[in-house]
Amino acid sequence: MAALRVNSVPAKWMACTAVLVLVAPDVRATEPNPQVAARESNTELAGGDATVFDVSPKAFGFPVPDLDDESRAAFFIGHSFFLRNWVAGGPPSSRAGLGPFFNARSCSACHANDGRGHPPEPGQPLVEVLMRLSVPGAGAHHEPLPDPVYGGQIQGQAIPGVHPEADVVATYTQLPGQFGDGEYFSLRRPTYSVTNLGYGPLASDALLSPRVAPAMAGMGLLEAVPESELRAIAQQQARAGQGVHGHLNSVWDAVAGQMAVGRFGWKAEQPTVFQQTAGAFNEDMGLTSPLFPRESYTAGEARVCALKSPSDQPEVSAKILHDVALYSRSLAVPGRRGMTDATVLRGEKLFQQAGCTVCHASTLHTGDSDLPPLAHQTIHPYTDLLLHDMGDGLSDHRPTFDATGNDWRTPPLWGIGLVSTVNGHTFFLHDGRARNLTEAILWHGGEAQTAGENFRHLSKSDRDAFIAFLNSL
Amino acid sequence: MKANPILLLIVLTCLRIPLAAGGATPVAKTALPDLKRAVIANYAAVASANFQDSLASAKKLQSAVDALLAKASDETLAAARQAWLSAHQTYSLTETFRFYNGPIDEVEALVNSWPIDASYIDSVADAPDAGIVNAVANYPAISRTLVISLNAREGKQNISTGFHAIEFLLWGQPPGGRGAGQRSWRDYSAGGKNVERRREYLRVVTDLVVEHLQTVANAWASGSTDNFRAKFLAMDPDAALADILMGMGALSGPELSGERLTTAYETKERGEQQDCFSNSTCADLIANAIGIQNVFLGRYTSASGQKIEGPGVLGLLQAVDPAFAGQLSAQVSDAVAAVHDIPPPFDQAILGTNQSPNRAAMKKAITALQTQSSMIAETAKLLSLELKL
Repeated sequence: MAALRVNSVPAKWMACTAVLVLVAPDVRATEPNPQVAARESNTELAGGDATVFDVSPKAFGFPVPDLDDESRAAFFIGHSFFLRNWVAGGPPSSRAGLGPFFNARSCSACHANDGRGHPPEPGQPLVEVLMRLSVPGAGAHHEPLPDPVYGGQIQGQAIPGVHPEADVVATYTQLPGQFGDGEYFSLRRPTYSVTNLGYGPLASDALLSPRVAPAMAGMGLLEAVPESELRAIAQQQARAGQGVHGHLNSVWDAVAGQMAVGRFGWKAEQPTVFQQTAGAFNEDMGLTSPLFPRESYTAGEARVCALKSPSDQPEVSAKILHDVALYSRSLAVPGRRGMTDATVLRGEKLFQQAGCTVCHASTLHTGDSDLPPLAHQTIHPYTDLLLHDMGDGLSDHRPTFDATGNDWRTPPLWGIGLVSTVNGHTFFLHDGRARNLTEAILWHGGEAQTAGENFRHLSKSDRDAFIAFLNSL
Repeated sequence: MKANPILLLIVLTCLRIPLAAGGATPVAKTALPDLKRAVIANYAAVASANFQDSLASAKKLQSAVDALLAKASDETLAAARQAWLSAHQTYSLTETFRFYNGPIDEVEALVNSWPIDASYIDSVADAPDAGIVNAVANYPAISRTLVISLNAREGKQNISTGFHAIEFLLWGQPPGGRGAGQRSWRDYSAGGKNVERRREYLRVVTDLVVEHLQTVANAWASGSTDNFRAKFLAMDPDAALADILMGMGALSGPELSGERLTTAYETKERGEQQDCFSNSTCADLIANAIGIQNVFLGRYTSASGQKIEGPGVLGLLQAVDPAFAGQLSAQVSDAVAAVHDIPPPFDQAILGTNQSPNRAAMKKAITALQTQSSMIAETAKLLSLELKL
């Protein structure tokens, strides 16, 4: 084999991908200590060894370096199934089984380039955003109760011959405001209407929550952060008594058959990337899998089931589900840019001084992982993975397990400065209402009110530095 | 496609080069900054000549498509297909200039996206009314703006334009899922359903490829003070070198070894090849590997015969670590040879047991490209490159 010639190359490079990685300082011996770690983000290695330095539109789509051959093969197969359209009927194939109801034909429809979804234009129906649906109350595991007819989310598309569930259309109201220095701004608050209901009215007390598809990079790393480290951050916040007191969500783990810490989704309602993946196949695309073998339609919609030929086999095989989940877990984190830029560094300081890093924790540590490149890394995701009350302005008034309507999980900020390159837009927050990072910060309320106000009262030049820092992530 | 004499000549020529280049003398450390600048300038010259060739071959494709639309026949369709094969091979040589937000990265999604869902564009076997071509009510007029706006809309496989949209429009889907497509020239002659729209669609997407390659060629052209090339030559040399290595390494590893070979090898699905309508993937893979080798060696022979020769990554590496330079040089040759050894057509090469010669050859290419990629990453370390961007 050709590789045998490379005598001078350390063994780790033999199995490594093309991604160019700087030499990491040996930080693995450091005990996790969020207090100290909060100051230690002066590295480009946002994902530790699992960092890549591509800044093209493919920036979020690279595998972490050092995957072994088997995992790397699974990564690329997973990528293919992430990318491609599923089809409704036709000849039996590994990509058939879409529907009967669905939001999208492929994962990439919403996570374009493994990145963030785009909110609908005013008056246009939702595409890269989906509308979760429930009625008041909670199920056996405290999960939201689905609408009796339409289920857990509105699926706006259907296979030929089936009426889609409904259309959801967004309109926006302008909310004017003013910075501390007198400059005006205007935020926009979305309102949603559900039209063309195909199967009768929604429940009269239905609760709706819009969700933009989030960027994918680094999820495997976040999954590998020990629960104890997250709990330590929550305790630290509570002890500090500054009005910030995040808490973990406790959600149903369908694989383990027990409650587990929630980490993924806007309300931290999913415990693992694997379950998130199976859930998205099931509800977003109408595909059954070994984990969720039932089609995502309700008894109220059952008359359509005859239109889809039943199959004993799950439409997403165990192997494909595994590979797509592995793909999603193995997406590397973009390295930080602008580390010597004075404006960026000033912005970083302002970000810390404003109190943002209390929740957008700059440094976490991963523990063991079945994927060795993800294990024992010092990472800089700028999240605590905790739920925080973000105020009434952002509330969806829809509880999800232990998350109240006002609670949202702190989203990671790594890669946020590349969203415009990867996805061609800068819409942020759970429903994409913020048209840029500034608006996203100005929406912060509740526990984040003080930090948001600190930002609002910065001078224009300081605000610019603040944003320049965010764009360096 | 294997019979392309020019390509074979390039391959055979390139295979000999590392042997000749192995004896260069290590340069003194003080000369490194000058050498780096020379490598970067030479890279820009290679990129420029390569994109000029890519543009010229795309224009020949445009002429061939015009001829097909002027008078559809077996002959004009065959000529357009031949022009597509040539244009896409030349483009494939340039793919090593991707992956660092260079000029091609800005338009790549509109030039060479794949895989494509054929039914997003036009009729397919089991859906005669499918696609934008047949969606008269939704899209009354086929236009440049419309086609661009629909590219990758609601899914990365919903590709409306680029080389592979043209490929589908020229070949159609392979009957029975084997070999190359057998589309009839009658799809472009008057009378059939939505023929006028299909004609317009083919014209628009062909023009778009030329238009976008023109912007990339302009960005790399010499003689401008404010294009990408001027900025590239003026930037921190280490940042430019990091870009150069990023392009080579990302193409070699994640792209070629991973997406273009491993997925097809593992799934054995013919749709996992880049050129699934013309079934000409093998020739393009060779061009991809040679494109990396061109940058490594710092040389390129343009279609007009003009030779560019200067210090490449190899020359720089020889100044820093001659032993490793020799190893990578051998690896680059091995990678080109390994890709060349995959027996075309691609849709047959993926089938059979792992012990079959075709799959063994494919596995060998997967490994060779991956190793090459790892060694390019190692090169960055040896050059102490700061990868801040």
